[in-house]
Amino acid sequence: MEAIFGILISALLTQNFILVKFYGICPFMGVSKKIDTALGMGLAVTFVMALASAACYGINLILIALNLEYMQTVVFILAIASIVQVVEMFLKKSVPALYKALGVFLPLITTNCAVLGVVLVNVQQGYNFLLSTINGAAGGLGFTLAIVLFASIRERVNRSECPECFKGFPIALIAAGLLALSFMGFSGLSIF
Amino acid sequence: MEILIAVAILGGLGLIFGLVLAAASKVFYVESDPRLDQLNECLPGANCGGCGYAGCSAYAEAVFNGEAEIGKCASGGNDCAQAMAAIMGVKAQTVTRKVALVRCSGEKIYDTDGNLTKGAKVKANYEGFKNCLAASKVGGSGPLSCKYGCLGYGSCVKACKYGAMKIVNGVAHVDEDLCVGCMACATVCPRHLIVPVEPDRNVVIACASLAKGAVTTRSCTVGCIGCGLCKKICPNEAITVENNLATIDYSKCTNCGLCATVCPKHLIKDSKVEDLGDPVVQSRNGPVIQA
Repeated sequence: MEAIFGILISALLTQNFILVKFYGICPFMGVSKKIDTALGMGLAVTFVMALASAACYGINLILIALNLEYMQTVVFILAIASIVQVVEMFLKKSVPALYKALGVFLPLITTNCAVLGVVLVNVQQGYNFLLSTINGAAGGLGFTLAIVLFASIRERVNRSECPECFKGFPIALIAAGLLALSFMGFSGLSIF
Repeated sequence: MEILIAVAILGGLGLIFGLVLAAASKVFYVESDPRLDQLNECLPGANCGGCGYAGCSAYAEAVFNGEAEIGKCASGGNDCAQAMAAIMGVKAQTVTRKVALVRCSGEKIYDTDGNLTKGAKVKANYEGFKNCLAASKVGGSGPLSCKYGCLGYGSCVKACKYGAMKIVNGVAHVDEDLCVGCMACATVCPRHLIVPVEPDRNVVIACASLAKGAVTTRSCTVGCIGCGLCKKICPNEAITVENNLATIDYSKCTNCGLCATVCPKHLIKDSKVEDLGDPVVQSRNGPVIQA
């Protein structure tokens, strides 16, 4: 129980994948213009991360049994890419609105290093199946938290006056930096 | 041996994932109407935005959903409209190709001493943003004496995705071979100078000045003063003079070019005829315009 709580705190706040580890910046900047799409993207990433963590745990067992640990990265990328493809097809069929809103960023989850990052962290920390899946889901929720917070900041910033040369991406990058800075404040929560 | 196992594992995993994906593509197959793809293929794919939609595929979708009319694509022209109509099973009207026309001929020509010999007089040196909208806001009506004339800061050049616009001597020109008539330039022109015209016409009245003759003459050597000579000589009654400005109704015009021969300002241009030379605008005290 203690381990699960530790993982949640770590993945959501102290080791947030985006704002502390700086994984997955591309969708963080790209899909954070509106809170709705940011939330959709966050949930899609959460789903993929949890699924990838669970699937890669099994694949990793095979690799360990065959003494092929050095192939982890390659095989994980393959597995993640396939999972994202399936998720994309599923969304296209079941939730077309979300599929359209995510647009080009859905295939980009394939190359979202946060997904690969969480799988590799699972392996490094030696988490068992349950903890791996929880870490994946919590990491995704951390991603969702960061991107939704950032989207709300951007919506607010878009309505405020700012110098012409800072409009759009520059001011968004500055806001992202300040948000990351504020997440540094959580580092004292670390219980590892 | 170990490397063979590694290859086999990676290959095997790839095969399994491939099979899963193949199965998933069957399970989650979404039927899309083939007509949408066909519509997309008809359109030129330049995404110029002349139809008013975000791009070619957005327009195709709007046509498919019945939200947009067929034939809004100026770039694709008549062929495109007929092909789209055939796909959607409706009849399209014939779409004639149009090109953009800049209704200003106030090219500023200076002599060696820097005196303006021809064109629109500049009343102020504008050194702000190189943007027509910004320039047009300065000093009430911009740096030109004529408050209808082309400012020449190239907003239309930037808006043109086909490289058909250029600024010559401070006035925008259209290369009619390159122009597809999307009229993206017209939407950015703060003076509303750019209008669509048929490409197979010779005569144009390239002026948009609604000012009284005397005012126009003071600000430009080639401005329409609304004298009405062209209207009188036109055998087809194609020219009307309204608000001190002559306009040609191309549905009546036969491109005879008579109007171009009588225009005292040499402002009506006939592309069949060689340039008539600089207009000789004299008053009792010498040239009218002196910088």
